[in-house]
Amino acid sequence: MAANHTAAHHKITGRKRVKSLILIFLLLLSPLASAVDAYQFSNPEQEATYNTLVSELRCLVCQNQTIGDSNAELAADLRRQVHEMLQQGKSKDEILQFMTERYGDFVLYNPPFKAKTGLLWLGPVTFLIIGVVTVLLFVRRKKTIVPVNTEGDVEKLAAVRRLLTDKNSEN
Amino acid sequence: MLKFIIPLVLFIVLAVFLAMGLKLNPRDIPSPFIDKPAPTFSAPKLTAPTEKLSTQDLKGQVWLFNVWASWCVSCREEHPILNQLAKQKAVVIVGLNYKDDPADAKKWLDTLGNPYNVSIMDSDGRIGINFGVYGVPETFVIDKKGVIRDKYTGPVTIELWQQTILPLITKLQAESA
Repeated sequence: MAANHTAAHHKITGRKRVKSLILIFLLLLSPLASAVDAYQFSNPEQEATYNTLVSELRCLVCQNQTIGDSNAELAADLRRQVHEMLQQGKSKDEILQFMTERYGDFVLYNPPFKAKTGLLWLGPVTFLIIGVVTVLLFVRRKKTIVPVNTEGDVEKLAAVRRLLTDKNSEN
Repeated sequence: MLKFIIPLVLFIVLAVFLAMGLKLNPRDIPSPFIDKPAPTFSAPKLTAPTEKLSTQDLKGQVWLFNVWASWCVSCREEHPILNQLAKQKAVVIVGLNYKDDPADAKKWLDTLGNPYNVSIMDSDGRIGINFGVYGVPETFVIDKKGVIRDKYTGPVTIELWQQTILPLITKLQAESA
């Protein structure tokens, strides 16, 4: 009877564990959830353009999210705008231009390369080059120093050996 | 000696950049509209929905275009200041009642006072999108020719009014239409 009881108990905790695992798994999925609108598209290409556009435009209220990811009202309005313009036969570039005219380059996740954004685009490359050059210089200098050191090390090693052998002979 | 100076200089440069970064406000997005003609609109008036106000009606005068809504918390903070400006009658204030329920909006004006010469309704936010509105309240300064001369995101404060907006308005009112 007692054994039965513990078995049942185990079964329950096991089930609970499975349930909590499922819960954790679902919670992990939640960042993948994004705003969904029931928009109708004339053709698959249009839908593809829509999906690219909403993932390239920044939501200005909840910065660091695209308008496709965000549930903010402004994001929903901008998605509606994108959808309407696509239905009107506007091209991707025309829609991006419409958005930048109103919200500036900031609305684009891929800002265009110009004088103002030069540092943004070239900065990381410059730092990488500086880093690589520094490492190369450092390594080269180390290499030239090494032979000098080994000579000293050899002498020191010899001295240590001598001391050790002296001690051994004393014993 | 150089061994210590180089990292020190690098550290100082980095610290200065990071300090500057801390002071920048990421919400302060430069408006691409400054010195560009204001988008045109023709929208129903809040208090008289059968009448429409268009940008054409406002030509020849300097006006403030203030985006507000009864659901907007910062607007409540800004409202007494707008009331004060309205009393001074320094400039025409046009309100854009953004994505609001007209009944709520009217109640708001009845209880808190109406600083607007006229408010227009933008129930679906389309005029807002045309003006690049992303945070309420926002305030545009528009000159006699209908060109946007400056834009402020967030509530108008007394300091902002006295130090920036009022001098700009005085300057713009001296310009010829």
